[in-house]
Amino acid sequence: MNNKIKRFLPQILTLLFVILIFGFLTFNAQINMDNRGIDFGFGFLKQEASFDIQFSLVEYDGLDPYWWAYVAALLNTLLVAALGIIFCTILGVIVGVARLSPNYLIRNAAAWYVEFFRNIPLLLQIFFWYYAALRALPLPQDAEPLLGVSYMTIKGFYIPAMVWGNLNIFLYSLLCAIIGIFVVRIYAKRLQENEGKQLPVFFISIGLITILPFLSFLLGGVTLDFDLPVLKELSATSFTYEGGIGLPPELIALTLALSLYTATFVAECVRAGIQGISKGQKEAAASIGLTPNQILKLVVMPQALRIIIPPTTNQYLNLTKNSSLAAAIAYPDLVLVFAGTALMQTGKAIEIVSITMLTYLTLSLAIAALMNWYNKRIEIKEK
Amino acid sequence: MKRLTSLVAILAVTFTFTAETMAAKKSKTLKNTQKKGFVRCGVSQGLPGFSNADASGNWTGVDVDVCRAVAAAVLGDANKVKFTPLSAKERFTALTSGEIDILSRNTTWTLSRDADIGLTFVGVNFYDGQGFMVRKSSGITSTSQFKDGISACTNLGTTTELNMRDFFNSKGISYTPVTFEKADEVVAAYDAGRCDTYTTDKSGLAAQRIKLSSPDDHVVLPETISKEPLGPVVRQGDAVWEDIVRWSLNTMIEAEEYGITSANADSMKTSDNPAIKRLVGAEGEMGAAFGLDNEWNLRIIKQVGNYGESYKRNIADTGILPDRGPNELWTKGGILYVPPSR
Repeated sequence: MNNKIKRFLPQILTLLFVILIFGFLTFNAQINMDNRGIDFGFGFLKQEASFDIQFSLVEYDGLDPYWWAYVAALLNTLLVAALGIIFCTILGVIVGVARLSPNYLIRNAAAWYVEFFRNIPLLLQIFFWYYAALRALPLPQDAEPLLGVSYMTIKGFYIPAMVWGNLNIFLYSLLCAIIGIFVVRIYAKRLQENEGKQLPVFFISIGLITILPFLSFLLGGVTLDFDLPVLKELSATSFTYEGGIGLPPELIALTLALSLYTATFVAECVRAGIQGISKGQKEAAASIGLTPNQILKLVVMPQALRIIIPPTTNQYLNLTKNSSLAAAIAYPDLVLVFAGTALMQTGKAIEIVSITMLTYLTLSLAIAALMNWYNKRIEIKEK
Repeated sequence: MKRLTSLVAILAVTFTFTAETMAAKKSKTLKNTQKKGFVRCGVSQGLPGFSNADASGNWTGVDVDVCRAVAAAVLGDANKVKFTPLSAKERFTALTSGEIDILSRNTTWTLSRDADIGLTFVGVNFYDGQGFMVRKSSGITSTSQFKDGISACTNLGTTTELNMRDFFNSKGISYTPVTFEKADEVVAAYDAGRCDTYTTDKSGLAAQRIKLSSPDDHVVLPETISKEPLGPVVRQGDAVWEDIVRWSLNTMIEAEEYGITSANADSMKTSDNPAIKRLVGAEGEMGAAFGLDNEWNLRIIKQVGNYGESYKRNIADTGILPDRGPNELWTKGGILYVPPSR
């Protein structure tokens, strides 16, 4: 009995303490809001937002309610986070491997890059890209075409838009190709296990994913046209581009800064992962006759990934949360649009800030869950 | 007997004490301000003519003068103000959370702000309207020349964002809004060519134009697309403090109406006009209701000056808006009209 009390009393007291603190904070907020005549409630989410957003992935108009503005802003946050994660992974892997290169120049260039970019505050890097690098771009009318069809201007990066005919048939063919690749892989694995023969899976996969969609153009009636950006005169000295896709400079600056910054950390994770595999493993693999490519693919990478994934997950989380610095350069993300404009127009500070915080929490937990699942999949399966 | 006297004495003392500080007791903000010894005032992050800090950190502007007037009234010294520069996004939260006691930051008085979010607007110290600025070289002389695809830079979380949408929608023009948190960032973006037009209150455009790399290359279009009555704001729920701020502003405007200036305020005490005498604390009990002494308004006029002096010093002489337009007294063709101090 005494033992039980000893065991549970501190925990119960801690719990009570936490509840009391939260209770006090809620109570305090309520009293103060009552005193100042501020209502608490989420009814505002259904009201008309009546402000516009610079750009959004979904159809958004000021006539839409606040919750739709929230969705549009959230998608912008997800967009920049997804782009950032993709680019930082690609760059991080390349730089991480480069840091271990036997080539002096490559090795040191990679080291310099890592030391330089990870030791400058991210906000400064965002400012650099936005206010220094992208502001130095030409005005739309002075921009030289890139590859004849794209324009980098101070107002954004204008690229051709794809106009599809029978897009669904193209997508089906792509889906078929992917399913085909899986089937081939399973078959190849079985062939290897049963008969010891190897199929050139990689080349077959490449073949499938190019030939099937290509056939859909020839036989399926799929068409692809390009909508090119065209210079439009707004007034004697101000121009813009019409048609195509306009990527706002804010998005480019933010993606650049986030990817370049986070890639340094990913690179270090990758380097640590590869260096974490003992030399004996590679030598043993070589001694049973595996080629260098096979050593990397079958022996080193599967083990290195286990070391790489958990710390890289942290970097993905950081990148997603850091994307909220968007507010500093007018990129219409969740913080700028929802915790900024919407908060200002409604005055619902507590509601909006808690929704925003919950959203980032959910995003982070979702990314962590996904990465944990992947980590589980690749970890050593002990029999 | 001795006991009785002391009791009476104590009662009397308590009573006088209560009478004196009745207003102060009712107003937590006034009490706190007097205890701290300075007025906590929220201003902009730098808008010439309205609230702008010089290199040595001295704040000037018509918005700043409202806070100085309140400091002169309640603390006796117009310099006892602590200024907190706030972005448009931060301003209301700073006020409702009690970080500042007056928000005097070119803030537009609207129904939803007044009624919804725990704020009370006390008056108007500048009648403004939203306009557009464009490059002179663009050849645009009117908003009717705006075309689809125009990009407009403005401040985040302002009525400007809403008016802009109303305007472009009613004209059927598609546009790209680019919103920044700080005014300086908006100016820089417009200056660099990120936007074709910069839209905000016209006074703001006039003030920010000075900050551009070559101000003469830019022009403010004649159209005004909204009503923007700008004025100081206080927290809801402290009626006495609200009255003090309101009447500090009113005093400045009424002083101009009666020709009382910082230079002649003392001599006006002997004026024949009772309205003037009331404004300089020589007649009536004009401060008692606020828990202030009788010369609170005299101090405002002497230390800060009347509205006209403040306007001339901050907005006209600095070349921002030499013409007072609607911000002229009602007696001179403007719309400045305040209730009488009596």
